Amino acid sequence: MLAKRVIPCLDIDRGRVVKGVKFEEIRDAGDPVEVARRYDRQGADELVFLDITASSDDRPTLFQTVEAVAREIYIPLTVGGGVRTSADVRALLKAGADKVSINTAAVHNPDFVTEAASRYGVQCIVVAIDAKRVNKKKEPPRWEIFTHGGRKTTGIEAIGWAQLMVRKGAGELLVTSMDRDGTKEGYDLELLRAIGDSVPVPVIASGGVGSLDHLVQGLQDGHADAVLAASIFHQGTYTVGEAKRFMAERGVRVREQALPAFVI
Amino acid sequence: MAVIGVIDYGMGNLHSLGKSLERVAGSDRIEISFDPEKLIRCDKLVLPGVGGVLGCMNELRRLELNDLVIEASQKVPMLGVCLGMQVMLEFSEENGGVPALGLFPGEVVRFPDPPKEGTGERLKVPHMGWNRVRQVRPHPVWDGVPDDSWFYFVHSYHARPKQPEHTIGTSEYVHDFTCAIARDNLVAFQFHPEKSQGAGLRLLSNFAHWDGTV
Repeated sequence: MLAKRVIPCLDIDRGRVVKGVKFEEIRDAGDPVEVARRYDRQGADELVFLDITASSDDRPTLFQTVEAVAREIYIPLTVGGGVRTSADVRALLKAGADKVSINTAAVHNPDFVTEAASRYGVQCIVVAIDAKRVNKKKEPPRWEIFTHGGRKTTGIEAIGWAQLMVRKGAGELLVTSMDRDGTKEGYDLELLRAIGDSVPVPVIASGGVGSLDHLVQGLQDGHADAVLAASIFHQGTYTVGEAKRFMAERGVRVREQALPAFVI
Repeated sequence: MAVIGVIDYGMGNLHSLGKSLERVAGSDRIEISFDPEKLIRCDKLVLPGVGGVLGCMNELRRLELNDLVIEASQKVPMLGVCLGMQVMLEFSEENGGVPALGLFPGEVVRFPDPPKEGTGERLKVPHMGWNRVRQVRPHPVWDGVPDDSWFYFVHSYHARPKQPEHTIGTSEYVHDFTCAIARDNLVAFQFHPEKSQGAGLRLLSNFAHWDGTV
């Protein structure tokens, strides 16, 4: 049976891994190749790179980074951040990404998702959904999607948006709660369930992980297919292997670490 | 020095397959090409592929690669990966039904859609992620790969070969399905060995060193 996936997420700024809380206090956290290799060895099932470089002039640096990482690791690599055109998708795939994540560009033009999916296959098109709760207390839950790294509201309702993105060709959804991102309070499980139960494609849970229990909750209570986390891994609080052992003990089906003897 | 040709017909990311083969090929050379003249001279061929089967078959025909694949399939060891495996069967029900290369009798069918809420565990389509592969028949490509190893999958359709003896590996999603097939000098995987860490590299290495006999 299919295993639930554990996916470390790396923020990339001008060719370096950085970490910060809600885009503040951004600090250098190392060389992307070294960090990627470390997670790969720990048993990460995939990696996500998010390019947070502000200037589009630095795109060639991102491509070089993706190339360098793709040469070293043999697990799927998703790259997102600033993917606006078919040419961006092609360039990232050519550099060695296996999937690209589209966010803002999908909001500006939902047909861009269709265009990219029909050209490169649904399997490599991830749509990132940054959602924030907008209902008042005692009102039924409502989330709206945000763009530009969570800074810009769109007024678009998140569940319907998720369904539309799947119809447009998204092969997978990366769902981030803007309310929880950086808080370490756990995923927004209600949001994950609302989206996960209403779409046929896999959902990656994101935003708010502070403990290993949160990972298990995202899968068991949030009905997600994969869990993404950044700080608990970057800060060395837990290794991916420790996370997986914990999850397995709680009944989550995970892929055990491959034997080092396999390495050729 | 042998040459392993990777058939480049514009469907998908050959970067990772190429670099994985380079990693395991030793002194062999990897030739990524869409030129049938070049490919027919290769000692081994790899047929990759992602995307839809209709686009795949159209591109193979447009580049006059379908004849090459059929001709080479009678001569050299050949490896199909993902969609490259699916087009080796006779027919796929994707894109409204598309005749394929017919190197293996049988067809390619879609996974059933996920059950409605409340009917048990939801199974998403595409089948995306890591799953175990059971080696149901011995084959040289399995050499040194433990049974039930994990491999990375991403697909919505799966092969249903007519002859059970062609199935050398199965996996389970919704139901048991064939994820590795072989006959004579042909072998093909639904999963992505180039994305499956050590176990995948070992499979590719076995293919690179395989003489095409069973």
